[in-house]
Amino acid sequence: MNPDRLSYAGAAPVTRRSPGRRLLDRLLARPSIGALLGVGLVLLIFAPQAPGLLSTGSLATVLDVAAPLGIGGVAVALLLVAGQFDLSIGVVSVSSSLLTALLVTELGLGLWPALVVSLTAALLVGAVNGLLVVITELPSFLVTLATFLVLQGGSLAVASAVAGSSRVSGLAQAPGWDSALAVFGATAQLGEGRFRISLVWWVLATALTSWLLWRTRFGSSVFATGGAGRAAHELGVPVWRTTVLLFLGTASAGWLIGTIGLVRLGGVQVDPALGAEIEFIVVAVIGGCLLTGGYGSTVGAALGALLYGIAREGIVLAGWDPRWFQSFLGSLLLVALLLNGVVRRRLGRVPLS
Amino acid sequence: MSTAAGSTADGGSTPPVLELRGATARFGSVAALSSVDLALRGGQVTCLLGENGSGKSTLVGVLSGMRRLSEGELLLDGRPARFRSPRQARAAGIATVWQDLAIAPLMSVWRNFFLGAEPTRGPRPLRRLDVARAQQVTTTAMAGVGVVGLDPDQPASALQAGERQSLAIARALHFGARVLVLDEPTAPMTVAQRALVLQSVVAAREAGLAVVFVTHSPQYAHLVGDRFVLLGGGRVAGDLTAEDVDVHDLTRLVAGGDELSRLTEALRSARPGH
Repeated sequence: MNPDRLSYAGAAPVTRRSPGRRLLDRLLARPSIGALLGVGLVLLIFAPQAPGLLSTGSLATVLDVAAPLGIGGVAVALLLVAGQFDLSIGVVSVSSSLLTALLVTELGLGLWPALVVSLTAALLVGAVNGLLVVITELPSFLVTLATFLVLQGGSLAVASAVAGSSRVSGLAQAPGWDSALAVFGATAQLGEGRFRISLVWWVLATALTSWLLWRTRFGSSVFATGGAGRAAHELGVPVWRTTVLLFLGTASAGWLIGTIGLVRLGGVQVDPALGAEIEFIVVAVIGGCLLTGGYGSTVGAALGALLYGIAREGIVLAGWDPRWFQSFLGSLLLVALLLNGVVRRRLGRVPLS
Repeated sequence: MSTAAGSTADGGSTPPVLELRGATARFGSVAALSSVDLALRGGQVTCLLGENGSGKSTLVGVLSGMRRLSEGELLLDGRPARFRSPRQARAAGIATVWQDLAIAPLMSVWRNFFLGAEPTRGPRPLRRLDVARAQQVTTTAMAGVGVVGLDPDQPASALQAGERQSLAIARALHFGARVLVLDEPTAPMTVAQRALVLQSVVAAREAGLAVVFVTHSPQYAHLVGDRFVLLGGGRVAGDLTAEDVDVHDLTRLVAGGDELSRLTEALRSARPGH
């Protein structure tokens, strides 16, 4: 053996980074920071102009707007972390509630059996989305755009063919209505605000997804699927299964949003609206999710939904023309995208080898 | 010193863990590897040297299960083996640290370390990661390859180039790999970062693994290598032991690898029976 050969000498003296750099790295590992700052910023903008924003009445309105958006937003955030996209969640919510309503009004099913059938149908749509994405490796943006168009057209056509209009109502007499109202539509009066149970569903969805993401094997698979798909596959991470499960998740979230709306209105209105599809993604991106995957948080997406609710209520209370809302949201999205771009470059600058 | 092509100067009597016999891999009609013999033994570092296009990457691909052989065979513990995917090779105990080693940057160091094999606790619907144990094991394993003072909870993006290789090597050691294939990154590294990688290589050898170290640098190879396999034009142009050459000879041989392989070609065509 040669004398100049290296032998194991114990630990190497590694130069650690400066505390400031490490703090930055730690902040970057918390994607929800941006959305938290955003919530503070929006409060700073609107609170002086609309003092009523901080009352319990306004709070109830804000949370009422934010809750369904937040439920969808956290599901989409998980999907974005895994590097995929879902445009169909809004239309799944409309068509699954339409299916529930038609099963009740046309076939005379009880509300709960109808809900089980529509959930199954929603999961089927999610499975088709997920399987198409993993099998064909097509961009999920396009796959779910196709699903969106199919379901949107189908819902409108079925609604007018079966019910004669784009509105189906009269569910309040159905068997099981009272218990469904308690689960999906209960309200609680607190001060001058009427808080809805959708808030509880939103908090539950955020807590569950956050726990999944940060504390389970599934969460590791989600991060790895979006952050380093090939390496994850080689290490035995079930990339396909994870992706399909996440599409099932967004479909279930769509069904939940639709059911909450259905119970609240006592019926369903099929609207040919495109904007709602984008809002879930907007909320997730404001919440710090990178569109390239591997980075994001569901708490951030929930904060994004809260920010959305505050801005919408704030614009009304401050006496602005409500039509400014979309421009305001667009500006926020732009800021979020620019910040996310900085994060991505910062993470990407570290050489991968 | 013996630089004759094809001679196996392995200098050991233990049976090889992994062996290539007459390994040939073709891309269409071009042979990226032709009749390569290579025996890898536990506790031995085999350095694979050669310029770009000499067949190093193909050889790494064959060993790691990425590429299949057109001719010849791969023997694992003396028995013919066929890997259909990197996962199968990994399951058989062959861990590859790729040149473009990919890690998920946002995930913490410990999550990257245990990716695909996370320790869990609790009954099924509530089954969760055993974070405390995973962090502790990661810290210990990283210290074992020379990275100390590491916060396992920091994002992997905070790791430096050499530390990332160390992470992958520590992972291979922890999960009981028997063969470690390390494709050295082409990205520039500082001396300290390179030292870190070399330290991990030595730690793997000390743990009894058969190590294949693919590198461009004869200087660094000579620091850790027991054997030096020079590749040229897809053939083994030289197979030397640490006793055969000093670092200067090795540098000269690597620099002249092209000529050496051309010379070998010429000799072979002159003596077709060889």
